[in-house]
Amino acid sequence: MNDKPNEKPRWLDRPRNVDRLVYALYACCALLFAADLFYVKHPHFSVEGWFGFYAIYGFVACVMLVLAAKQLRRLIQRDESHYEAERPEDQLR
Amino acid sequence: MTLHPAWLLLAGAALVPLLPERLRGAGSLVLPLAALWLVVQLPDGAGASVALAGLELQLLRVDALARLFAGIFCIACFIGAVYALHLRDAVQTAALLSYAGAAVGGALAGDLITLLLFWELTGITSVLLIWARRSERAYRAGMRYLLAQATSGMLLLGGIVLRHQSGAGIEFGHIGVDAPGGVLILLGFGIKGAFPILHAWLQDTYPEATIVGTVVLSAFTTKLAIYALARGFAGTEMLIWVGAVMTCFPIFYAVIENDLRRVLAYSLINQLGFMVVGIGIGGAMGVNGAAAHAVADILFKGLLFMSMGAVLLRTGTINGSELGGLYKSMPQTTALCIVGAASISAFPLFSGFVTKSMIMTAVAEEHRLVIWLMLLFASAGVFHHAGIKIPFFAFFAHDRGYRVEEAPLNMRLAMLVAAAACILIGCVPELLYRCLPYPVDYVPYTTAHVVNQTQLLFFSAMAFTVLMRTGIYPPELRSVNLDFDWFYRRALPTGARAIVRSLSALRDHLGAPVLHALRRSLQAGTVPLRAEGLVAGVWTTSTMILWTVLLLGLFLLAGLLR
Repeated sequence: MNDKPNEKPRWLDRPRNVDRLVYALYACCALLFAADLFYVKHPHFSVEGWFGFYAIYGFVACVMLVLAAKQLRRLIQRDESHYEAERPEDQLR
Repeated sequence: MTLHPAWLLLAGAALVPLLPERLRGAGSLVLPLAALWLVVQLPDGAGASVALAGLELQLLRVDALARLFAGIFCIACFIGAVYALHLRDAVQTAALLSYAGAAVGGALAGDLITLLLFWELTGITSVLLIWARRSERAYRAGMRYLLAQATSGMLLLGGIVLRHQSGAGIEFGHIGVDAPGGVLILLGFGIKGAFPILHAWLQDTYPEATIVGTVVLSAFTTKLAIYALARGFAGTEMLIWVGAVMTCFPIFYAVIENDLRRVLAYSLINQLGFMVVGIGIGGAMGVNGAAAHAVADILFKGLLFMSMGAVLLRTGTINGSELGGLYKSMPQTTALCIVGAASISAFPLFSGFVTKSMIMTAVAEEHRLVIWLMLLFASAGVFHHAGIKIPFFAFFAHDRGYRVEEAPLNMRLAMLVAAAACILIGCVPELLYRCLPYPVDYVPYTTAHVVNQTQLLFFSAMAFTVLMRTGIYPPELRSVNLDFDWFYRRALPTGARAIVRSLSALRDHLGAPVLHALRRSLQAGTVPLRAEGLVAGVWTTSTMILWTVLLLGLFLLAGLLR
């Protein structure tokens, strides 16, 4: 993490503090999930009315997004010099 | 006669580079503010018309929509000018002012010819912001950029000609796809508006511009296209689907892209998608939403590009794979970047929350469930790649040991202005709502909306955290990801070279025998004409007479047969 020996380590440099942040995030998520109990919804669509719809949709959407993007990478990823190579005028230089 | 704000900026662009260096910065700050003041003062309605080659041109036409876009263009120009204050490059200052002038002129154009002139001018002036990097790579990128802009202009011109021929006139009002020339005009707008497949130029060339250039580019061209679409094609059903696709496909690219400015370019296409959907839905809510979101996007996308520009300036790289831990040396830039990230992600109290939700509501009121789910997916995705990925990989993640200076003061000030505007719009949305083209009947801060949006975002954050900590999240890699620019950067040149190669191979293989055969047949055919040949030989008088009689007889026969 911090490779500068003379520097004072920051709060975030300690893995324990990062863990704390993550647990705080999970706690917030739990509270927000439970919040669906406490207000009246006025849904445009029936799915909106499902308990915890936005929470579940947000989580699932992001996981799917990342997994799909990883697969996409196998298809479209090329070397950084992909567009630079194979130009005859460049090869001459 | 009122002074046209665009002419003010264009004249300024011509004069400011001639000023001594000390005054250049001040000039570039005063001009956009003066232009903004002019825009605000302009009365509604059309200015005087100018006759040109039998056409009545309306250089100045003001209504709420035009004023909103012209105004935000002036503000974007001002922020860009503050951000560029540290530069000693008159080319970029002049390009910024003239580019902004062209965009303002386009927004205030009352007819399609005037729009076309300014439309082309935005392309020509802005390419300087790419070329100002002064490298071979930037030169090539600039040429590709110009090609896309010119194609857009050609399509627009073709559409205008068809429209004029059919007698529909050149007034710039609602056009619609079914009108003569409508499709061509829509495609012309679509290139600058980064419709799917036509979008490749944007993510290809924006990240190749200078540090200031990318910030400035992100504000004008695409938003001018949004303005033109809002005026010409509001309520066009097709645009709803086009926009929905635009919101979704770039986020997959954004997740795996390494160049953080290119991530933002993809994210720009995604945000334009929301606006295009709003325009497609049309009506007061849809168009208001698109216009409001365009204003918000100019501010928060500019802010994000500015923060990444500062990182590039200080560290010399913008690759996620090489960055990290910068919060230690650039804390203010980090904080300002996070404001931009929160705004684009539409956190409550930030600008995206009060603008994007208008588009979502417009879609919901039309009961378009599939579109709505696509937009919701894109909203979660935006937070994922722009809201978290950008600040996380640049400022946190692994400390790469950069100990650099904080961004220059002028850059921080520019970011501060943009960040303050994002928060102001988020907290007091009425300020923006009052400027929208239609009266606003919408309340963004309801319990359900605040809770639902927060749930969506926090659970997206949780997904990111879980994927990061389990090692599933794809690492940042030095790479190029193929997109539609592959067709003109790879397929077309390779295809052209292949054709040339095969033609010359054909010549090498077939050339010699064919040439040989031709020569031989020529030789054989001309034998009677040679010195020793039949025709060239010495003829007796009687033979000559015989042939003459034969020829005359043939003429006679031909005459008789007639």
